Amino acid sequence: MTNVTEDYIDASGGDWDEVIAAAQASSAERLVVNMGPQHPSTHGVLRLILTLDGETCTEARVGIGYLHTGIEKNMEYRTWTQGTTFVTRMDYLTPIFNETAYCLSVEKLLGITDRIPERANVIRVLMMELNRMSSHFVAMATFGMELGATTIMTNGFRERELVLDIFELVTGLRMNHAYIRPGGVAQDLPPEAEGKIRELLKEMPKRVTIMRKMLDANPLYLARTRDVAHLDLAGCMALGVTGPLLRASGLAWDLRKAKPYCGYENYEFDIPVAEAGDVYARYRVRLAEIEQSLRIIEQCLDRLRPGPVMIDDAKIGWPAKLELGADGLGNSPEHIAHIMGGSMEALIHHFKLVTEGFRVPAGQAYAAVESAKGELGSHVVSDGGTRPYRVHFRDPSFTHLQSVAAMCEGGTVADVIAAVASIDPVMGGVDR
Amino acid sequence: MSLNGNGSAPAPGEEGEERVDENLPARAGRERLNADIDRSGMFGAKTTGDTSGYGRLLVRRQPPLASERPYTHPDDPRTSSFDAVADALERALGKSPVAYGQAVERVVVDRGEITFHVRREHLVEVARRLRDDPDLRFELCLGVTGVHYPHDTGRELHAVYLMRSITHNTEIRVETSCPDADPHIPSIVAVYPTNDWHEREAWDFFGIVFDGHPALTRIEMPDDWHGHPQRKDYPLGGIPVEYRGATIPPPDERRSYQ
Repeated sequence: MTNVTEDYIDASGGDWDEVIAAAQASSAERLVVNMGPQHPSTHGVLRLILTLDGETCTEARVGIGYLHTGIEKNMEYRTWTQGTTFVTRMDYLTPIFNETAYCLSVEKLLGITDRIPERANVIRVLMMELNRMSSHFVAMATFGMELGATTIMTNGFRERELVLDIFELVTGLRMNHAYIRPGGVAQDLPPEAEGKIRELLKEMPKRVTIMRKMLDANPLYLARTRDVAHLDLAGCMALGVTGPLLRASGLAWDLRKAKPYCGYENYEFDIPVAEAGDVYARYRVRLAEIEQSLRIIEQCLDRLRPGPVMIDDAKIGWPAKLELGADGLGNSPEHIAHIMGGSMEALIHHFKLVTEGFRVPAGQAYAAVESAKGELGSHVVSDGGTRPYRVHFRDPSFTHLQSVAAMCEGGTVADVIAAVASIDPVMGGVDR
Repeated sequence: MSLNGNGSAPAPGEEGEERVDENLPARAGRERLNADIDRSGMFGAKTTGDTSGYGRLLVRRQPPLASERPYTHPDDPRTSSFDAVADALERALGKSPVAYGQAVERVVVDRGEITFHVRREHLVEVARRLRDDPDLRFELCLGVTGVHYPHDTGRELHAVYLMRSITHNTEIRVETSCPDADPHIPSIVAVYPTNDWHEREAWDFFGIVFDGHPALTRIEMPDDWHGHPQRKDYPLGGIPVEYRGATIPPPDERRSYQ
């Protein structure tokens, strides 16, 4: 047993000269240091308050809230459809998952879950799996960067570009899409999308192989990741850890299999599992999930049948058809001509639904999806009006960051970086 | 008034208990008309004149839901486990000093989800049974979230917990409430450590004090913040923008549909 001395050097803030003077006057070995919120290896604005005894981290505390934007509060003042524009900005690396979780919960409240068109469901699954790949690539890229492996960073972001190109083609935007809407999706896939996705399906396995060659058995990488930041299954359960972290600890738990939504029960795929529960296992699970996502995307393309992409219910479905114009995404010229020159009733209908929105029967509902990071849940409450009464997102990053102390205490300060990076938190989702 | 098969109205004397079923829609209508008024008018602005003509529209409040057994509906596969869960909880609580009827106020089955409304003084015991009983085994708590119902006198603040059982692949919601005047709910961090941050968030946003929490401090808002921003009496705010003498009010004070 080491005796921890009571005196310590507090370097967690204040005037730097005073901190140095106090440190020189003191004989303390323990140092309380602030890592973040402005630190390149903390994944955005995460603040870690570390107590260091030499190189050993004896206490790790996490401070969040630096990116709190009040999205949940803001949504109470906007219509249900406008909510997608807000939720997509929560965890900005998994926008499609945020939108889908929100829309599934709103559809549950409306009682229209079974009436979502088949094509819309296939497109949702397709987009979610593309998003899973892009999120996992960023997880690996930032991990590499934070450990000083910049090639991993450039490679990861390069592979992610392939996915973002498709997102841009389909939704008009690389991030913050607001593409999944209550009742379906905002617009159909453009005709060239399928060819582009087929190209990705051919290219991506090569890119995954490059990643595997660089990392799978790289001694430097193994030294930094093996047996680092261990979290066992009991710890995962107690701390509410889900997603790749849970699967890296040996439990094949995946909502896509356990509670299928959007028709996931119709797809063939495996749940990658690893036993070790360390940083390396999490990496292996993520990479294997990318390969499974490719399988699902291929099946999605085969299942795509022509059909509507928005619910056939004039009281809920968005009245306008969107189209890419010279100045970006907007209402299609035919729709404008119809409401402005053709039918007064259509104009009224459009106006009512777009400005006022639809009413959602009072009650509450919870819908969860298996996001790239874990269980992403959306709890929505309605009072019967055209706006949410309360929306709460159970963001996996928020929950997972609680496990930093369990993973890091007793390890070295360098392993703190690896641990946080392996959690893959996105502060936009943590703070909302 | 309901019409029977012959098209004639029922005689006054027959409107007794035995004909209650037949009068259900009429009764429901009367109940609705007697319910509290939630709001009037369709527009949110309270300070400016509403010239839309919708000002006399009254929206009445929904009564609290309560479901009767059986909770499992044969037509809805989403509800298939609900009776089993309720039975198991009743059995599990039977072993403890807290009886089921004391702990669980009412049960709501709505939209394929089950909600147990638990009295706050029994919350920790219920959570422990939910986690430990072999027939329940709700290993995973998905956190707690607050909801503020200012009109629900005596139980303004609700805390909503979602529990997931991986063993049985079931999902339930546990809801508890406390009055604004005494915003205390026991903490279940000792049972589900994952609720540490979730309870801090509910304290931060709603001002619910979770008794027994190891360190109940603000988590999203700055430490010296005043007020709890997601309560309904907390304004959305916004920045008044001045342009040539005009001031744009914050979004919640603008005239808009609600």
